[in-house]
Amino acid sequence: MEALWLSMKLASCVAAILLLIGMPVAYWLAYSRWRGKFLLESLVALPLVLPPTVLGFYALVAMGPRGPLGKLWIALFGHGLAFTFTGLILASVLYSFPFAVQPLIVSFEGVDRKLLDASAVLGAGSWRTFWRVILPLSLPGVITAAVLSFAHTLGEFGVVLMVGGDLAGVTRTVSIDIYDRVQSLQYAEANGMALVLLAISFCVLSIVYAVNRRVWTPWAAK
Amino acid sequence: MGGEVNVMLTARIRKERRNEAASSFVLEVSIEVSTGITILFGASGAGKSTLLDCVAGVTRPDEGRIAVGSDVLFDSSLGIHVPVPKRRIAYVFQTLALFPHLTAEENVAYGLNHLGEEQRRERVEAILKAFHVEKLRKQRPGEISGGEKQRIALARSLVTEPRVLLLDEPLTGLDAERKAAIVDDLRAWNTAKGIPILYVTHSREEVDALGERVIALENGGVVSAGSPMDVLNAPRRKKLAQAAGFENLFGASVLDHREADGVMRVKLQDSACEIEVPLGYAAAGSRVNIAVRAGDILLATERPRGLSARNVMEGRILSLEQRGTMVMARVDCSVTFVVHITPGAVRALELTAGRRVWLVLKTYSCHLVD
Repeated sequence: MEALWLSMKLASCVAAILLLIGMPVAYWLAYSRWRGKFLLESLVALPLVLPPTVLGFYALVAMGPRGPLGKLWIALFGHGLAFTFTGLILASVLYSFPFAVQPLIVSFEGVDRKLLDASAVLGAGSWRTFWRVILPLSLPGVITAAVLSFAHTLGEFGVVLMVGGDLAGVTRTVSIDIYDRVQSLQYAEANGMALVLLAISFCVLSIVYAVNRRVWTPWAAK
Repeated sequence: MGGEVNVMLTARIRKERRNEAASSFVLEVSIEVSTGITILFGASGAGKSTLLDCVAGVTRPDEGRIAVGSDVLFDSSLGIHVPVPKRRIAYVFQTLALFPHLTAEENVAYGLNHLGEEQRRERVEAILKAFHVEKLRKQRPGEISGGEKQRIALARSLVTEPRVLLLDEPLTGLDAERKAAIVDDLRAWNTAKGIPILYVTHSREEVDALGERVIALENGGVVSAGSPMDVLNAPRRKKLAQAAGFENLFGASVLDHREADGVMRVKLQDSACEIEVPLGYAAAGSRVNIAVRAGDILLATERPRGLSARNVMEGRILSLEQRGTMVMARVDCSVTFVVHITPGAVRALELTAGRRVWLVLKTYSCHLVD
């Protein structure tokens, strides 16, 4: 249970951080007219195709006592990043980045440009247009982004193993825990945990699909 | 905000638009729009919307100068480009672009962010009343009918007390009566405010109903400007003629001039059909285009006598087609004319396809087109 709780905590933190970082990145990717923007797009999508172990390996190297991030962390806080909960959050943010940014880009791009023009003509700057028009109309995308990055973080294994190791209560997430139990032939316990993850994943995906069918958006055209 | 009476919009714009095809489109115009409604008229693709986009600031011209009174909004030589939100120019898009997630009231209040709660409510209330949509204030655009959405879009733009109003075919899809009612409300509002209104349309009827002044646009340039009569009744260009509702357009060759009668005779499309048209700058033997409105042609079932009209042509009805409240007849007089008649006339004259008829055409209903 401790592992499940830890996973939930990790997934919530990651989803929250990703929404904060993802929105400006997605906004820029959706509206920028810079020709080289495909480069950043591929960078954002990279975790989708990289094996988690590769991502985890580089994250570990960067966070280690001789890595740039690790050194900075030691200078700032007096301890390293690798094999800590904070390190896990950082690596997971990288790993789930496309799952937050892609739905945001799609929904930002889906907002009728004429509405943005109308907002500007009525005197609103880009900040106000974002909060009053783009964000409310992209709500399904925002929910999808949050839910997907939560679910994706919940189920990660390779990155956690690389960066976090297997410290009970600190970095032993539910997927690591299941793996441990299978290794030690505790099939019943592994099955219990796996069922919980299965149920959560199903619920989470149901939310995503329901939101995207606009089951709850009251202004959708009937 | 007060004290800006009779401020004129002046715009000199050059804007090139490249599309995937090799052809590029250049808008190059210089216009002045004074208080009241000015119609910007032209076929689609003439550059009307691009012109409005440039004035609103949504599109940046390549070159030129745009000003309201002495306030410069854009000047390429001085590097001035006032951002859209600071221009105080209202723009009603063809799609209206009402915010779907906001109620009518919230839509209208959108542009009044700078005001206090109390003042904002008063202004919204007043404009909703002026445009007769106060009952819809709590509804969202998805629940509101077409004509009322158009009223709300107008109210949303005007409540901000703009210096100029741009309307891009805002009343399409409405019947004449509703259109007239909305235009009346708009006029009533503008008697008090007196701002320049630039109204884009490609509909000839709207020009007749609204027009005080018309600017005709074609292929990115102004082809004529003046009163609706001046601009539309003497179309100088073929495309404009078609857009202006001249259903009959013929290539013709000039046979001879009769200066004393003020007419010249032309032969239509190398057929046997010869008609008299007003004298124009065209030598005998040269090619001209003749435009005739389908509603300007009389149709008779017997050869008419004692007429002032100079052109009477015998022909046969090819087809009759009901088009809304009128009937479109195609008549073969060795060239095919399109004639508009009422369903009542079709009944009374017992018109059927194949019937022999005479078409009567006044000389001054035949317009010369370059």
